[in-house]
Amino acid sequence: MWDSLALLGAAPILNVQLWLNGLSVGAIFALVAYGLALVWGVTSVKNLAQGDLVMMGGYLGYLLAEHGIHPLAALVPVAALMFAFGWVLYRLVIRRVIQLDLFTSLLATFGLAITIQQSLNLVFGPEVRTVQSGFGRLEMFGGMVDITEIRLIAFGLCIVLAAALVLFMKRSRIGQAIRATAQDARAARVLGVDTDRVYALAFSINAAICGAAGVLIATVWVIQPFYGIAYSVRAFVIVTAAGLGNLPGVILAALGLGVAEQYSGFVLGAQFQQATVVGLLLAILIWRQLALMRDRRVLQ
Amino acid sequence: MSSLLSRATVLAAAIALAAPAAAIAEGDTIVLGSAISITGKYSQEGRNARDGYDFAVKKINAAGGVKIKGKTYRLKVKYYDDESTPARTAQLLERLINQDGVKFVLGPYGSGPTKAAAPVTEKYRIPMVEAEGASRSLFTQGYRYLFAVLSTSEEYLAPVVDLAAELAEKHGKKPGDLKIAMAFENDPFSLDVREGVIEQAKKHGMKIVLDDKMPRDLSDISATLTKVKALKPDVLLFSGHTKGALTAARQMKEMNVAAPIVGITHCESADITGKFGAAAEGILCPTQWAETLKYEGKLFGSALDYDKAFRRAYPEYDEVPYQTAEASAAIVVWADALRRAQSFDTEKLRDALAATDLQTFYGPVKFNSAGRNIGKPMVLRQVQHDKYVVVAPSQFAADPVEYPRTVAQQ
Amino acid sequence: MTRRSAVLHLALLAGGIAAPFVFPAHAVQFAVFWIMVLFALTWDTMGGQMGYNSLGNILFFGLGMYICALTQIGMVYDIAQYTAANGAIRVDFTDRQYFVGLALGVVLAALGALIAAALLSWVLFGLRGPYFAIGTLGAAIAAAELTNAWEYVGGGSGIAMPVFPGAPGMRERFFYAACMAGAAACYLFLRWLYGTRFGLAINAIRDDEDKAEALGLRTGRYKTVAWSISAFFLGIAGALFGNMTGFIEPLETAYPTLTFGIFMVAMALIGGKGTLWGPIIGATLFYTLREVTWTYLLGWQYIALGVLIIVNVVYFRQGVLGWLRERRPAWFA
Repeated sequence: MWDSLALLGAAPILNVQLWLNGLSVGAIFALVAYGLALVWGVTSVKNLAQGDLVMMGGYLGYLLAEHGIHPLAALVPVAALMFAFGWVLYRLVIRRVIQLDLFTSLLATFGLAITIQQSLNLVFGPEVRTVQSGFGRLEMFGGMVDITEIRLIAFGLCIVLAAALVLFMKRSRIGQAIRATAQDARAARVLGVDTDRVYALAFSINAAICGAAGVLIATVWVIQPFYGIAYSVRAFVIVTAAGLGNLPGVILAALGLGVAEQYSGFVLGAQFQQATVVGLLLAILIWRQLALMRDRRVLQ
Repeated sequence: MSSLLSRATVLAAAIALAAPAAAIAEGDTIVLGSAISITGKYSQEGRNARDGYDFAVKKINAAGGVKIKGKTYRLKVKYYDDESTPARTAQLLERLINQDGVKFVLGPYGSGPTKAAAPVTEKYRIPMVEAEGASRSLFTQGYRYLFAVLSTSEEYLAPVVDLAAELAEKHGKKPGDLKIAMAFENDPFSLDVREGVIEQAKKHGMKIVLDDKMPRDLSDISATLTKVKALKPDVLLFSGHTKGALTAARQMKEMNVAAPIVGITHCESADITGKFGAAAEGILCPTQWAETLKYEGKLFGSALDYDKAFRRAYPEYDEVPYQTAEASAAIVVWADALRRAQSFDTEKLRDALAATDLQTFYGPVKFNSAGRNIGKPMVLRQVQHDKYVVVAPSQFAADPVEYPRTVAQQ
Repeated sequence: MTRRSAVLHLALLAGGIAAPFVFPAHAVQFAVFWIMVLFALTWDTMGGQMGYNSLGNILFFGLGMYICALTQIGMVYDIAQYTAANGAIRVDFTDRQYFVGLALGVVLAALGALIAAALLSWVLFGLRGPYFAIGTLGAAIAAAELTNAWEYVGGGSGIAMPVFPGAPGMRERFFYAACMAGAAACYLFLRWLYGTRFGLAINAIRDDEDKAEALGLRTGRYKTVAWSISAFFLGIAGALFGNMTGFIEPLETAYPTLTFGIFMVAMALIGGKGTLWGPIIGATLFYTLREVTWTYLLGWQYIALGVLIIVNVVYFRQGVLGWLRERRPAWFA
């Protein structure tokens, strides 16, 4: 560990590399986390299958790429397909667990996660896959820092998608209905909003977001049927840290997580990378609890 | 303890003699059993091994099966999925031996599962011929019923270190000046490979400037590669099974990381030439077997014959990974032992296996007293123009090593 | 205890003792069955009786496994040397060394797990509902990762366990007896516990924690004790399972969060959570189904598990016992 720190000190330009890698991946995390927050905020369902929906999107992108469709062109069709899949999932499973206690809904999505993972494994096999984007690499600072062009493009796309989502939520009727339901479902229903539809929409939009994120991950990184849980954990960390209604918070937390992961992998070693993410989750949960305890004591 | 053991042994022997012959041969089929990775972390390698077992079984059956005491038997393998989990391997082997009455065991995939399997077969005195567990520690426990056709793990990347020393001297440099950077998966096999590297490095006096582990899911080593760029090592080594090899090759290409000597295990099962083309040029790949080696055996013919026949039967394979070849070799060894013992008695078979001295397409098979195959060496190949070319040991080398490794810029 | 119940218990006891003799080839499978029963019972203490659904109870299982292994080996060899040799050092115990080591290991495993639960309680019990579930899952994953990275205990290379001295047949029966004893002890203890004020208290926590707290119940204390009890038995289970398996490593053997960790939950839910017999029924059904079908489902087994969980959660929440109670309330109350 000290060697790595010394290395950072000796070649500070490496910090740029870590930040670039971290931010480009963090942007994708932000998308996934936003989808999770959307479903969580509107339906109170904590979707443990989030990462697996991402992987599914990635595999759909892979399938399309095998048929000659470039990943960037595949984004829209995959999002549409995943939207439909999300709708079906909602009708079959989610709808029945929304009213139940929170752990039951968690477990239901966990069951979904296992089913999706294993189905992907059966259909596509356990090999790690990646989609070639055909773009090149940018080098800077004499080759010490580089970034693949697809990462930059993915970063840009995430920003565009996030902006589009925010606009949609703020301006469109459906977006308003969703936000109203999230604030107070009963009041929304009284005012004539079809909350069941809204829940379905929220879940399906989330699935679509995951699908798009999945395609990007397939090109920037790799996909494998069982890699989904890593993204689920990350999304949970981000949403727990940022809080539900807080989109800027989600983005910041996501970018921060991306960079933190890179640094922990660099300084502590790759075997601690996953432990760092999980450790952060625990730390945030505990910090929350301490803050709540403080409040409770004040009330007492 | 020894008197208790000997009493137990006598008792067990008495019971074994008194017990009726178990259904080890169903009618005219000899059933071999294997708990192997059908799902889980090593499912891909498990698939390669299973295809190897199945291919050899088919060939032997087609060639007339195995004749014991005048009767002809076909071979068959019974598989259970150990989910790449050592605990499950042990449980399923107990099941194969106790409930299914299997008397002839084939190894699982991976050193971890094999380390869990060995005590089980040893305990029940059932011979196991394994082809996919390379850990050195399997052969220090005094197992009598374990036989491994493959070379052990510390021999995988150590030859790369030796080669680096050799090339350094040839170019007028001191081997002790060389810097090694490496990253390993955190599992029994890769850590054994690492031990082998460290021993060799110490012997030559080389300095290890980076000793990282790969993340658990083997998906991303960019942080390690960033350090490599800064450290500029002379030798770069990776071992992380198939997934690790894929990630290493892919990210080296993406991040434009290079070193004069690069060694990665499991290149063939990762198919780095197929997936990365020119970017894989110059990588050194240790292999248990190569189709270009001049081995010959009665059943499959030469290594090249095996390669051609297998790829005809399984067209989805571009390259035949050594995991498949050694799995087939395990079946060949079993058939040979059965023929020589002319019996289904496990003790006679164990002795027959121990006395194996066989030439196969996979190489010579001769077990030492610990069950290791001392007849066959590890071989080092280098990717040259999209082909794997044997470069070491020198008596097998087909072409000289390309050194230093230069990769065409993209 | 009613007469019918006494007869039932005796019959089960007799069956349990006879099983490894009647089906010697299945002794190991049966031993694992008792471990499954223990899993389901201990999970239900937290989840069903107290309303705190933990997804990370497997942490104590793995912890117990490692504590026991290290005790057994550490009594005779230097641990650091042993793990660094990566299995090259052959364990050569006398009978006495083995059994003393095992006994001590099991005791220390149980105690160690208990202490760990007490410590973790302080950290995690401020979390409620799904946050608690996620927090415990995170803790279990963190434990697995950290053990994997810790060279002293073998890290990713794992630890080769000492071999049971004696003939193969004896070994199976010994561990079967041990596992059955562990599960029986757990059952009897919990049976007694749920009938005391403690049982009422944790049910009160499940029903409405804030109200219970307001009524003067020291909820924190009860939660900690409940978790510690679960951890105690899980530690024993881990110690025994590690010895049965012969070779342990952190990620899949000791801390299998996605398999055993989830099975615990599934078994209790299928059988009917919040009851004493529900988890046992659930464990029986689940384990039998698994052992019988999984070997034939080659590749589909986890899909079946996922669907089973979904169906159970969505359509069959009361579990088998709940359903039976609805049908024949007089029999199953």
